[in-house]
Amino acid sequence: MVAAAKGHATKTYLGIMTDTDTIIIDTTARIFRELADPQTLATSNRDDWQGPLWTALEESGLTRAWVPDDLGGAGAEITDGFDILVTAGRFAVAVPLAETLLAGWLLARAGIPVPDGPLSVAVGGQEAPITVGADGILSGSARAVPFAGAVGHLALLAEQDGAMAVALVDASSCTIEVGTNLAGEPLGNVSFDGVTPITVSAAPDGLSPGDVMLMGAAIRAQQMAGGLQGVLDLAVDYAKERVAFGRPIAKFQAVQHNLARLAGEVAAAVAAAGSAADSIQTTEDFNEAVFLEIAAAKIRTGEAVGTGAGIAHQVFGAIGFTAEHVLQRYTKRLWAWRDDFGSESEWAVGLGAMVAANGADELWPLVASR
Amino acid sequence: MSSPIQFDPIRLPAETETLRAEVRAFINEEIAAGTFDPNTSALVDGFNMDLSRRIGARGWIGMTWPKKYGGQERNFLERYVVTEEFRVANAPVRTHFTADRQSGPVLLKYATEEIKADVLPRITRGECCFCIGMSEPNSGSDLFAASTKATKTGEGWRINGTKLWTSNAHHADYMIGLFRTSAATKENHRHGLTSFLVDMKLPGISISPVHNMADIHEFNEVVFDDCLIPEDHVLGEIDGAWKQATSELAYERSGPERFLETFYILVEMVRALGPEPDARGAEGIGRLVAQLHTLRRMSVSVNGMLQAGKEPVLEGSIVKDLGTVWEQALPGKARDLTAFADNDTGNRQAFDELLQFATKIAPKLTIQGGTTEVLRGIIARGLGLR
Repeated sequence: MVAAAKGHATKTYLGIMTDTDTIIIDTTARIFRELADPQTLATSNRDDWQGPLWTALEESGLTRAWVPDDLGGAGAEITDGFDILVTAGRFAVAVPLAETLLAGWLLARAGIPVPDGPLSVAVGGQEAPITVGADGILSGSARAVPFAGAVGHLALLAEQDGAMAVALVDASSCTIEVGTNLAGEPLGNVSFDGVTPITVSAAPDGLSPGDVMLMGAAIRAQQMAGGLQGVLDLAVDYAKERVAFGRPIAKFQAVQHNLARLAGEVAAAVAAAGSAADSIQTTEDFNEAVFLEIAAAKIRTGEAVGTGAGIAHQVFGAIGFTAEHVLQRYTKRLWAWRDDFGSESEWAVGLGAMVAANGADELWPLVASR
Repeated sequence: MSSPIQFDPIRLPAETETLRAEVRAFINEEIAAGTFDPNTSALVDGFNMDLSRRIGARGWIGMTWPKKYGGQERNFLERYVVTEEFRVANAPVRTHFTADRQSGPVLLKYATEEIKADVLPRITRGECCFCIGMSEPNSGSDLFAASTKATKTGEGWRINGTKLWTSNAHHADYMIGLFRTSAATKENHRHGLTSFLVDMKLPGISISPVHNMADIHEFNEVVFDDCLIPEDHVLGEIDGAWKQATSELAYERSGPERFLETFYILVEMVRALGPEPDARGAEGIGRLVAQLHTLRRMSVSVNGMLQAGKEPVLEGSIVKDLGTVWEQALPGKARDLTAFADNDTGNRQAFDELLQFATKIAPKLTIQGGTTEVLRGIIARGLGLR
């Protein structure tokens, strides 16, 4: 099954063009549908699904999509990894697949072999970066690391002798203040003081903590786009089934228009996230245009979550507000994803400052360049 | 896994950048020559046939049409680039814009060979202005309630009735009008309307201005009093005009003009806030630019899918809904964000004047070319809700 996340070759089957990205999407969807269908999880109260799900994801090669063959990965394209995340987002399942992909991407950039098991990524503060001392020992900390406390290893970017290096650390050697995000998933503040990394290797030229934030933001944008598609599907199906005042609520114009607005928000999220993914695939570095693409995707998908989740809950009424209902598995996760790797407001301040500094007359050329 | 919404991340092909540079150079030359002032041209009515002629001479009108009718046989993404550059520069292109966007394509599909050979080359030369005769005093969004009658006679068709809110009628050489040729049927309330090409210089047509709330003469009332239209000016199927509208609407609804109509306010807002805005100003700019970028990527995507032969009707309606709501809200947001801006950048007066104007024209943006309510009905149908 390692082949599932491999390569991007196009082949012809019965005269129909099929792409490996379709295979990747189908494989991802099948694994989640069989092992972690959100509707089943919502009603079964089982919590023994995470192990088998993770095993299936690892065995299929999906968790190592962004790791090249020679480092034990699947060597898939950047856009293939993003496709996996959109598809996984449609199931809104709490496993650190996105974090493991990001860690694999970061480790691979420095040629570090990627360990088995779930991983996550730590980004130090802008004012207080994580550093590697002359003795090879880390100091510094990172806040709000997704799944910290629930993964075996952490990847991070640290300063070493004035340059950037990528480090792999054993999570159990760090001091982790474990909390949870809005969806109840692990989220921790991690101190690396006194920790000796398993491996440290020079980062490629120009790679900065800001770039890791950009990649993280792009990843969350894909997940939100997928999650919102899932929400739209749920809401449309429910509106057709639920009868009130003697007819399905889908027949009421007020409900139709609310769902049309939801569809507009989902469309904006899908378009913004898809465009950002494409821009990363085709760029050599994170330049201003790619910054626009990723910041815009994180801002616009986050805004779509705010508006879209509100509409979906209105469609479902009281039942969607219950703990056992599937909708809240989506909406809580979507709300939480908005906060990771920079919120809408944080990215908007950065994007706005860039546009203002460039000057009013450079705005259109920048937008038109995309 | 049934969500039907698709926005492929389509990019404008590299060769369009050469074209874009040519269009920008042309626009800069026209501005330098005093043809129009980009800072104030949004405020005036936008007709300039001399400019349209020069644009036509460059091959930028009807550029996707066959060469034998004066076109260039270029693709829709090339047309997209030309449209957005003229739009962003606030260039006065109203003389040819309606014909270029929708009337020409309708003629290409439904007019006789003789009419195509006569009219289309004149459009591409920038010397032929079109208007659209759809709305009436008692028929707006409810298009299929139109009652202006076309009656078959021995000499052709006699038209009687009134069209209203007809933009550009006072400049137009032709109208593509929707007239009633039969009563609607019980089974199909859309039955009975037919499209016609109308020469606006024919006897029996009188045009009266209807000034809009921004004090601009754009709307007209067009009264037909026994106006005789030749037999061969019927466009498409008699009584079956309702079948002809669907796929063309995706073009009409997803173009850059559907989110860039008040773009000048964003540019002047950025100028007014200066190079180092505070967090409130920066966040405001950042969100608006993120929304604009997303809308443009959606719009390019729909046009790319159309170019590839797909029919993204749902996606086109979504672009117009989101785009027009956005451009309508933009003046209000710019007003809020500049509330505390000082006048160091020196454009405050110009900004305020443009803001007043944009605020006054904003209401039309979610009405013209399909209201928000109509669009959301179409989107709901696309979702399988009706």
